[in-house]
Amino acid sequence: MLHQKSELPASLLEIQRSIEEYARSYGLDFWETRFEILDYKRMQEVAAFGGFPVRYPHWRFGMEFDHLTKGHIYGLSQIYEMVINNNPAYAYLLEGNSMVDQKMVMAHVLGHVDFFKNNYYFSKTSRKMMDSMANHATRIRRHIERYGLDKVEGFIDICLSIDNLIDPMSPFIVRHDTSRKEEKEPPPVEVPRLRAKSYMDKFINPPEYMDEKRRQLQEEREKPKRHPPEPERDVLLFLLQNAPLESWERDVLEIVREEAYYFAPQRQTKILNEGWAAYWHSKLMTEKIIDASELIDYADHNAGVLATAPGQFNPYKVGISLLRYVEERWDKGRFGKEWNDCDDYDTRRTWDKHLGLGRQKIFEVRQLYNDLTFIDEFFTEDFCYENQFFSFARNVSSGNYEIDAREFKKVKNKLLYQLTNFGEPFIAVEDANFDNRGELFLHHRHEGMDLHVDHSRATLTAIHRIWHRPVCVATVIEGKPRLLRFDGSEHSDRPL
Amino acid sequence: MALRIDPSHNRFRDIVRGKIKQNLRKYISNGEWLGRQGKDVISIPVPQIEMPRFHFGDQGQGGVGQGSGKVGDAIGPAQPGQDGQGKAGSDTADHALEVELSIQELAEILGEELELPRILPKGKERLITQKDRYVGIRRVGPESLRHFKRTFRQALRRQIMMGNYDPQKPVVVPTREDKRYRSWRTTPMPQSNAVMIFIMDVSGSMGDEQKEIVRIASFWIDTWLRSQYEGLESRFIIHDAAAHVVDRDTFFRTRESGGTMISSAYKLCAKMIEDEFPPSEWNVYPFQFSDGDNWSADDTSLCMEVLRNDILPKVNLFCYGQVESPYGSGQFITDLRATFPEHPAVVTSEIENKDDIADSIRSFLGRGK
Repeated sequence: MLHQKSELPASLLEIQRSIEEYARSYGLDFWETRFEILDYKRMQEVAAFGGFPVRYPHWRFGMEFDHLTKGHIYGLSQIYEMVINNNPAYAYLLEGNSMVDQKMVMAHVLGHVDFFKNNYYFSKTSRKMMDSMANHATRIRRHIERYGLDKVEGFIDICLSIDNLIDPMSPFIVRHDTSRKEEKEPPPVEVPRLRAKSYMDKFINPPEYMDEKRRQLQEEREKPKRHPPEPERDVLLFLLQNAPLESWERDVLEIVREEAYYFAPQRQTKILNEGWAAYWHSKLMTEKIIDASELIDYADHNAGVLATAPGQFNPYKVGISLLRYVEERWDKGRFGKEWNDCDDYDTRRTWDKHLGLGRQKIFEVRQLYNDLTFIDEFFTEDFCYENQFFSFARNVSSGNYEIDAREFKKVKNKLLYQLTNFGEPFIAVEDANFDNRGELFLHHRHEGMDLHVDHSRATLTAIHRIWHRPVCVATVIEGKPRLLRFDGSEHSDRPL
Repeated sequence: MALRIDPSHNRFRDIVRGKIKQNLRKYISNGEWLGRQGKDVISIPVPQIEMPRFHFGDQGQGGVGQGSGKVGDAIGPAQPGQDGQGKAGSDTADHALEVELSIQELAEILGEELELPRILPKGKERLITQKDRYVGIRRVGPESLRHFKRTFRQALRRQIMMGNYDPQKPVVVPTREDKRYRSWRTTPMPQSNAVMIFIMDVSGSMGDEQKEIVRIASFWIDTWLRSQYEGLESRFIIHDAAAHVVDRDTFFRTRESGGTMISSAYKLCAKMIEDEFPPSEWNVYPFQFSDGDNWSADDTSLCMEVLRNDILPKVNLFCYGQVESPYGSGQFITDLRATFPEHPAVVTSEIENKDDIADSIRSFLGRGK
């Protein structure tokens, strides 16, 4: 029993059909979307499972549920909408919500489904994840039955310790040219020659030198190849292919990896995706759906969704503002060299070429951009000041978080910094046979921020549990390059 | 309604309570959210377990926000986001901390943690109290117990049946037969009564640290016994050279000085049991805390006398906790152990520091008496 068949009541179904029609008339392009009505408890449950009604048992879902329940009880948070990137898409409506809310959620959800279907970064995700998740759950339950809950859960915990060590861009890149694998005889070593007339050749390319060079190249070729040949950022994949795992462990790791990749684009496009959905619910609601009697309620709830508490970053709000800003710029022709070169305040303020390209432009944005590129390209100085952005940081002397800058450059840099690789460190496997004794050598590309040392040690312990040989990571701590290492019994730490 | 998530949820709660997966314990952060209950700002504890990963240490890097304010203005603590995805700040500030667990749950955890046996109270059969509960509806009764809704419904039903109900002019007049009254049933409730008598030495040698230990130990003892008895009474006696009965607040705050005559407290305790808590009806638990520095050997032998004749025969348990103090000689516990080496009702425990409190509670209450 995967989905309890709770058919949408006829009245809601009718509304859904009409909203879909409006949405299509604006050019939204979405899969068939199935709404289900859940009571608040089931809603929290499904939300805790990351949107899926069936997942394997694990305490972290329980933790999520605990937080959602508390948020609900104390009125701190409310689940507005939930939709799954799947074909057909599944979305949930909260039982007992007012009709205005249900309409707003439906419109919002269609925005998301359109985004899932058309955004490039989602193009490699599984569209049958509803089934996959249920299969994962079955597989893990089977392992639990056979090996015991503690053992399997313990291993899941270990996998979760490293589930951020993936390469979200890897599905788009063909890294290893598989065709080269079947090369039989390597061609003889060729030493490049300088061009010379035949009578000058032995002076320009002296034979002794050429022999010497040939010998060097030959040696180089025969040197044991490094494994992996290039640094591998998909640490999970590397471990799957190379670590001595039992079959059930391999299966668990594979599941964790698959789910991590499935969720990665949602983390990559939070601002754009939410902004897009908010843009469309707002457009559809105000232009087509609601009547006068529903206006106040709609406005109230919409304001709740888009509200920004001081010091907060609300992706819905930032996303919709930026999309509208882009739309306005392209409607008025505020782009290109002429616009960029103009620095007369009045001209810029009244600039309007009546191009009307806005709608087209934002559809292009939803297709080709993720948060990082979206912010990088369209978060301009004007936008930053108009929307009162600031950057904040902890003041060392007072211990409080304080506004530390309003300058455009600083704000934007911080924003981009946080969006790069989801604000996670870049870590790659560099050598699986470090020091020629089977050690796993990871490298952290240090970009100004140190790793949390205690947690890094614990993570090394987790990786050791998978790799079964010493594990180390090269990083920088307080300005000095260091190697953190775990050999299976104790941690060490030495300068590099 | 059973949910699919329940096993995972219970698992999480067990981890937080430290019952399973001790290895995760160090990754639990006790965050809090701020909520509102009436006028008060309350703190909602949200324990969170973060698996260790390769991630950046918190170096106060902050982030980007939106809104007014000058450079240098402080911004408020993070609140959970609208979509429930926000993470709570993990710093603790000054807010009335709302305990998430009820006292009942707390006692349960205490019981499990310290493996305390449930207490078999005496006087169970003998002492019966009556308790009234409203359980149903009947046709006669005093007007003060008239059930308005039922009465109205009955009247409405009758009028509709008789055909004299007019929806345009909905007047419903109940007659005597329509009236319904709440009825109650008296159930006998076996009850066991218990009293805790806390005795504390407040002589000059007991410092703040020692009192803090007494306070914590008393709280947990109180919590556990309350979970075992309905209608638990507590009495507080403080003594230096003379003993007084005080209220709870005074008990924990008083700082007196002067000599120590433990016998004074014992006499007062014996008198209290005699006058107020006849052992046939009461489970009596005296808990005494002292630094073990009594005035003289004579007084100590007097203490043993009173204890043997007037206290021990009447109590379930007599617990003596000796708090380590830089001034006291700590002789009393030795004397007590020498006098009652095998007595089933006497429990002694030395509490050197706060970490020993749990052990001492376990030895006090571990006998299930």
